[in-house]
Amino acid sequence: MESLSNRAKKLEKKPMTLAERAYLPAIFQGLSITMQHFFRAATKKQITVRYPEETRPFSPVFRGLHVLKRDEQGRERCTACGLCAVACPAEAITMVAGERKKGEQNLYREEKYAVSYEINMLRCIFCGLCEEACPKAAIYLQADKMAPPRYERDEFIYGKDRLVEPVSPDNRSKRGIQLTPEQADKLRGQLA
Amino acid sequence: MSLESLGWQGLVVLVVFGVSLLIATYCTYAERVIAAFLQDRVGPDRAGPFGLAQPLADAVKLFTKEEFFPSGANKALFIFGPCLAMITALMSSAVIPFGNFLKFGDTVVHLQGIEINVGMLYIFGIVSLGVYGIMIGGWASNNKFSLLGAIRAASQNISYELAMGLALIAVLMMSGSLSLRDITLQQTHAGGWHLSDIFTWNVFKQPLGFVIFIVCAFAETNRTPFDLPECETELVGGYHTEYSSMKMGLYLFAEYVNVFVATAVMSVLYFGGFNYPFQYEFLDFLNKAGLSADWAHNLFVLMGVVAMFMKIFTGIFFFMWVRWTLPRFRYDQLMRLGWTILIPLAIFNILLTGGLITFHVIQ
Repeated sequence: MESLSNRAKKLEKKPMTLAERAYLPAIFQGLSITMQHFFRAATKKQITVRYPEETRPFSPVFRGLHVLKRDEQGRERCTACGLCAVACPAEAITMVAGERKKGEQNLYREEKYAVSYEINMLRCIFCGLCEEACPKAAIYLQADKMAPPRYERDEFIYGKDRLVEPVSPDNRSKRGIQLTPEQADKLRGQLA
Repeated sequence: MSLESLGWQGLVVLVVFGVSLLIATYCTYAERVIAAFLQDRVGPDRAGPFGLAQPLADAVKLFTKEEFFPSGANKALFIFGPCLAMITALMSSAVIPFGNFLKFGDTVVHLQGIEINVGMLYIFGIVSLGVYGIMIGGWASNNKFSLLGAIRAASQNISYELAMGLALIAVLMMSGSLSLRDITLQQTHAGGWHLSDIFTWNVFKQPLGFVIFIVCAFAETNRTPFDLPECETELVGGYHTEYSSMKMGLYLFAEYVNVFVATAVMSVLYFGGFNYPFQYEFLDFLNKAGLSADWAHNLFVLMGVVAMFMKIFTGIFFFMWVRWTLPRFRYDQLMRLGWTILIPLAIFNILLTGGLITFHVIQ
């Protein structure tokens, strides 16, 4: 039968030569190979990433932890339309919508906003469909940050306190800064 | 022997004891670093600079682990096993000459635990006792894997001791002495640039015997490719399956002490021990440099100790290099290699050596 790939090698079972039976030449061959690796450790760049001190760079298309963006004036972009929750195949997103009151124009961009917005990071599969579904460019999956491990399951339900981008422009420029709820409240109070 | 020199000799014994333990300690570190380098990894580098405190961390870990006794184990023998393994491993270093003698006026200090005229026999006796440590530990654990490992160790050691002894007979035929010190001194470099003086080491006179000896040394110390007694893929951990805490540590430690002693014996028998090339030129140079005769001699001897340890370290490195290169032998292959290849080869080597001595090719 014709082989499909023509890559099959025909092997013959020959009796071993004396050198092969003595085994010592093969041992020295093996020893020389391992010795080359021994010196490669000194001469070439090591593959090992020493984790806590160095980290591997993320891919530019990496989809990590979510962020709820603000617009240029620091107002929340999310209008709680619910399209992200509908798009989410893992049903990880829940939200409660509320109406913007008078005097809150500097907090929320549209008349409707998310009073609460929660993503369950244990359900989330980081597919990025919420990002694609969002008509207001409010939710993004950051390329440089991951959801860290935690001890309790309820700590994986991220509310607005951990999702919304920090208010001050200084903080906003640095990605990956998380505010405690107290700090966030304080900032909101200053803006209000 | 005067009381004073007896005291000095006791000090030498203590130093040899301490050095054996220190080297065994750092063997555990070296093993991991060498393994890592051979496998393109980094190895332990967290505890202290370059991970040099790693053995200390290991010791703390082992001491604080739970002391576990399996049910149905013979408790006394269970404790006695690792102790015996360690004792026999340490005892054999007593007769190894790490250097010639130091002179302080009238006092002479031999850099050797004890000089006996049957040194080689003594080492053989102790090494064959070593298998009892493994055997007792494996039997006392009341575990079939331990017992299998112990039986393997016993049969392997007996098989390879034969070939090793026969390989050594050829060396002894040439030296005419069982004393390790005599064997070392016979390999002295006469000095000068004569080509014949460079090849004074036994390894050049007994290449076949050396190959047999080193293969058997691997088997005797239970190192890869002959580490069938602990063979973790088949027997969990072999004879130390049930061991935990420092009793386990003693077994692992005894293996490294054995490696140290095996390489020390190897460098004495085949690599000229504390001799080093151009040593007498060095002695002349020291004498001309205006040192007192005693101190010139002492420096010359200490240089020999350094040479001896360099040979030992090279040997230890080779043991580790082989360990991380070769896969383990199958048990029937091990037995076939021992009985049908190494022993006949060793006997052939004896006949060859005898013939060469009779016809005055070598002396």
